[in-house]
Amino acid sequence: MGSVTTSHDMGLHEEQLAGRTQQMFFSATEEENFTYPWAYEVDFEKAAEFDAADMEIADINIAIRDLMKSGHGTITVKNPRAKHSLGVGILNRLNLNFEGSLGYFGCGLIDGPNIHISGRVGWSCAENMMAGKVVIEKNAGSLFGAAIRGGDLVCKGQAGARVGIDQKGGTIIVGDSVGAFTGFMMQRGRMIILGDAGDNLGDSMYDGTIYVGGRIASLGVDCVETEMTDLDKRYLEGKLSQYGMSAPNGIDSMIKLTSGKQLWNYDNLEPTEKKLVL
Amino acid sequence: MCGIAGLIWKGGVTSDIGSEMTQMLQALKHRGPDSTGFALYGKGDEGVHVLRFKVAEQEEMKTGFDIHRLVIERKAAVDTRLAEMGAEVIEREDATEYAFRYHFKFDGDLKRLIDFIEDLDGVEILSVGKALELIKDLGDATVVSDQYGLKGFVGTHAIGHTRMATESDVDIRSAHPYWAYPFNDVSVVHNGQLTNYWTMRRDLERRGHRFMSNCDSELIAVYIADRIDRGDELEGAMQRTIDVIDGVFTYLVATGNQLGMAKDVMGAKPMVLYESDEFVGLASEEVAIRSIFPREIDTWDPYQGEVKVWAA
Repeated sequence: MGSVTTSHDMGLHEEQLAGRTQQMFFSATEEENFTYPWAYEVDFEKAAEFDAADMEIADINIAIRDLMKSGHGTITVKNPRAKHSLGVGILNRLNLNFEGSLGYFGCGLIDGPNIHISGRVGWSCAENMMAGKVVIEKNAGSLFGAAIRGGDLVCKGQAGARVGIDQKGGTIIVGDSVGAFTGFMMQRGRMIILGDAGDNLGDSMYDGTIYVGGRIASLGVDCVETEMTDLDKRYLEGKLSQYGMSAPNGIDSMIKLTSGKQLWNYDNLEPTEKKLVL
Repeated sequence: MCGIAGLIWKGGVTSDIGSEMTQMLQALKHRGPDSTGFALYGKGDEGVHVLRFKVAEQEEMKTGFDIHRLVIERKAAVDTRLAEMGAEVIEREDATEYAFRYHFKFDGDLKRLIDFIEDLDGVEILSVGKALELIKDLGDATVVSDQYGLKGFVGTHAIGHTRMATESDVDIRSAHPYWAYPFNDVSVVHNGQLTNYWTMRRDLERRGHRFMSNCDSELIAVYIADRIDRGDELEGAMQRTIDVIDGVFTYLVATGNQLGMAKDVMGAKPMVLYESDEFVGLASEEVAIRSIFPREIDTWDPYQGEVKVWAA
């Protein structure tokens, strides 16, 4: 991640929801982001691959862990054949390649790895991702990137309904269209949709930003169009070029959406802080 | 949660759909192990109807000694009534001790014949069709498929269902697919829950339709049958369900030569679609399609509110 695309450095973060523990920013270059005491020491130069065609789900995930334990930093899994829950819970730096498609819950609960999937993914891909990068070459199912907190999640094809529901940070990029209720209750972070968006886009979003390149079926409650600044354009240009993607009608024709904040009926204090103030 | 699957070979191509559907449903076993059902569409002979019916539930067979006598009596009563109405039974086959498959010729009013047979206590007609054969029983796909000898069934298209019972009992009566009584060759499988079931059921019952179970999915079959009866095309009838049926649903419908899918406006239930020049495969999860196509294929999820229909 170059400095041009680090949205925080560019001054893009102006979210007001600043609860005590919520703002965490990740940079792949910083050593302290990999501080899990149980993290494995891996060497990216040390590569391994295995065929998952006849393996059970648990055995595939154990095989990935065993390879990390023995210091392999680049792992290729062949023939995942749309099995569920593959590549989950990886809290480590790692280059992981899936040569094929994943089923439901692929790459969920991860913190740190750099994952490439040459096929498609089913429902709830990269759910609750904390950091890292997941790039999917084909389509994605519904609930793509539900509740992610950081990292980059990229789908080069189309994604289903409820993309980035409850998103709390990070970036979601979809190369084609998305379904209904995309960005539902989004709280922070950025979503870039290059194709069309379904009904109720950004419904009840608290904060965060959605950029759309195609047509929008309808906007949800309290989701409003906002003026695109030069900073936004620079950010989009940098972010999209990082993944070899581009807006079909150019970045200038993209629409920026944020929360209208008409539903904000609360303050910024945590319950414990409230007691102190009152 | 339920798993549903459908497949259709285009351009009149036939294949061993019995084995293919068994494999697909076996891959979806984790979505519902209670019961499995198949609606298989064969070639069919001109003027010959295939009747699938059962005269007892599987659990009943285990619990009473009297049931074995009743089964024989009920079957004999069906034979009598078929003869009485002038239906010529060509072939009788015992699929199990309590489920049977008849081939018969009949020129009269089919609905009257069906009503007359179903009027018998304990007898339920699973399907009547020129192409359709509907098989459902307790157990996973392999168990049911082996019990009824479905492997090697040659045909053009099929739908299937693995059930996790949420709204009604675990018995054959509540198992999918549902036949759109009394329409030749129309069947439905469904994944979801319908919330305006009773309102719509009362409305359809007032119009003279019969419900065999308390399973909400049966409503879709009956509603589509009603719309087709009133002159709708399959696609038009399905389009209507999106507006009038409330709840979450993804369902598949098959007719003598068509396969259709519809998804509710929330897109709450899954469906993965694979389409090539000669084949269309649909399933709740991609693993089911991969069980018959292990190589890499391009699939996608149809969007909310979508209705699609393919012809064999």
